[in-house]
Amino acid sequence: MGRPSSTSMAMSRGLRRSLAGFTAVVLAVVYIPLLLVLVNSFNSDNTFGWPPPRFTLHWWKVAAESTGAREALFTSIQVALVATAIALVLGTLAAMGLRRTRFFGRNVVSLLIILPIALPGIVTGLAFQNGFRTILGIQLSIWTIVIAHATFCIVTVFNNVQARFQRLGTNLEQASMDLGAGRWTTFRLVTFPMLRSALLAGGLLSFGLSFDEIVVTTFTASPQDQTLPIWILQNLFRPNQAPIVNVVAAVLVLASAVPIYLAQRLSGSTAEGLTGAR
Amino acid sequence: MATAISVRGLSKHFGEVRAVDGLDLDIADGEFFSMLGPSGSGKTTVLRLIAGFEEPTAGRIMLGGEDVTRRPPFARDVNTVFQDYAIFPHLSVRQNVEYGLRVKKVPGAERRRRADEALATVRLEGYAERRPHQLSGGQRQRVALARALVNRPQVLLLDEPLGALDLKLRREMQIELKEIQRDVGITFVFVTHDQEEALTMSDRIAVFNEGRIEQLASPVELYERPASAFVAGFVGSSNLLEGDVARDLVGDPGPFVIRPEKLQLLAEDPHLPGGIAAAGVVREVVYLGASTMSVVELDAGPTVTVSHQNSDTSIDAAVERRDQRVVVSWRRDHLVSLGSPDPAASPEEETA
Repeated sequence: MGRPSSTSMAMSRGLRRSLAGFTAVVLAVVYIPLLLVLVNSFNSDNTFGWPPPRFTLHWWKVAAESTGAREALFTSIQVALVATAIALVLGTLAAMGLRRTRFFGRNVVSLLIILPIALPGIVTGLAFQNGFRTILGIQLSIWTIVIAHATFCIVTVFNNVQARFQRLGTNLEQASMDLGAGRWTTFRLVTFPMLRSALLAGGLLSFGLSFDEIVVTTFTASPQDQTLPIWILQNLFRPNQAPIVNVVAAVLVLASAVPIYLAQRLSGSTAEGLTGAR
Repeated sequence: MATAISVRGLSKHFGEVRAVDGLDLDIADGEFFSMLGPSGSGKTTVLRLIAGFEEPTAGRIMLGGEDVTRRPPFARDVNTVFQDYAIFPHLSVRQNVEYGLRVKKVPGAERRRRADEALATVRLEGYAERRPHQLSGGQRQRVALARALVNRPQVLLLDEPLGALDLKLRREMQIELKEIQRDVGITFVFVTHDQEEALTMSDRIAVFNEGRIEQLASPVELYERPASAFVAGFVGSSNLLEGDVARDLVGDPGPFVIRPEKLQLLAEDPHLPGGIAAAGVVREVVYLGASTMSVVELDAGPTVTVSHQNSDTSIDAAVERRDQRVVVSWRRDHLVSLGSPDPAASPEEETA
């Protein structure tokens, strides 16, 4: 167990320095462009001339008044929330179903559930468009986006829940039933509390996946239903909309940091609680 | 005495493996019953079948006269103390202990009173508000016990509950468990692979081997009259005499077993009436604290282990015997016959 510390002890000074340098470079490559977006949202020059001649809150005011952006944001949140809700229910049920039984083809089913997250979005998108319009004869709407998103959102929930089940084993649930609790009571009092943090982590990931999805959405959305990423893509090259896009992007960067921070805090603390109890 | 558990023709097969194979068993009310055996002998599977975590391939299980074979775990009046305790990590000690009463909708005040009572029984007063991860292994073990006892089940099943504790704590808990069992008067079915533990605590012991019971007897009977070479070897240690050696020494091909402490190391044949003596050479002397173990190679062929209490302060005499010629002597009636291969020959009572 003393191994990780002994390796770091064994690491030479030079190696440690160059690792620190690497880390700095990687972080700079990722975060400088993001910082640029943030700074440009206050740039008074609407062609983003550098360095900014002056700073202004004008674009933020314009963005706040842009109904197109606001509606797109609202649509995106709606889609992500509903898709996540579906994913939470179906993903948990799937993980539970595959856990209890050991039937022939179990691994195949597991693979089929995970596959959508690996499939190229353009393939999934085309397939759904075909399926909805040609085969089922359904008009594209916000619900077709939700269904398409749910297929890959399920994967994050399924994976998280399955990993948690594997770590927990079945002993606690057996203990609960042994003490007289039926299956539903056992789920309510033991299984669900043990899954809570896994569900939260899976749900946050799923929300994030749905929120910035663009390829599948392009194929499954009707022209009226614009999600935020599609709105951004369409307005990016309109000169008078570009500053607004910048503001929206800045807002998204800040907003996405919050759930990630929360998820990290939560999973850290519960992992401690669980291992301490074993 | 009434029967708490009755098992008939119980089998559990996992694919080709017969974990439990045609088991018949009756456990009396209020008995401390142990199931002893090596790992994979089927003892834990029997416990899980009684608890309802496994469905039998064949056979029936009766609890207090009721057939519970097809009932789920929550519809059986038994509670289990799990090997890893399976304490709910997200609940406090009190919530853990109250769990069984809570799901049975026992009113809050009574629940509280009975939980306090159960915690007192296992000497954990004052720990009710703790979280499981704040407890030591021994304390968790007690929580698991209290959580099961609070329901006052007909039968308490214990799956190697002391396995994770260190030796000293284990010895203490053995005595304490036995006391608790006597106080509450509940039937205990105790699974262990530790023969000393089984001998210490049990009213009766079933020795398991390959899904079957090799012998079911009281601790004394099990130790003094093992029914097979397996039991003789698993419960305590023993010396085996068989075939030509047994015929030469005992006058019967056996096989026979005899415990190391029943053998005596002497300088010469004492010619005791009803005694048997065999000459040999001491090959090894092992000091074990309370006793000393000597390994003697008999001239007749086999090697036997002789044990004697270190009642003197010095064991020099014993150690000096290494590589010396000695006589190993024992009483004929201390030999335990494992039954002759010839069914007509009678067991040791006649030769004794």
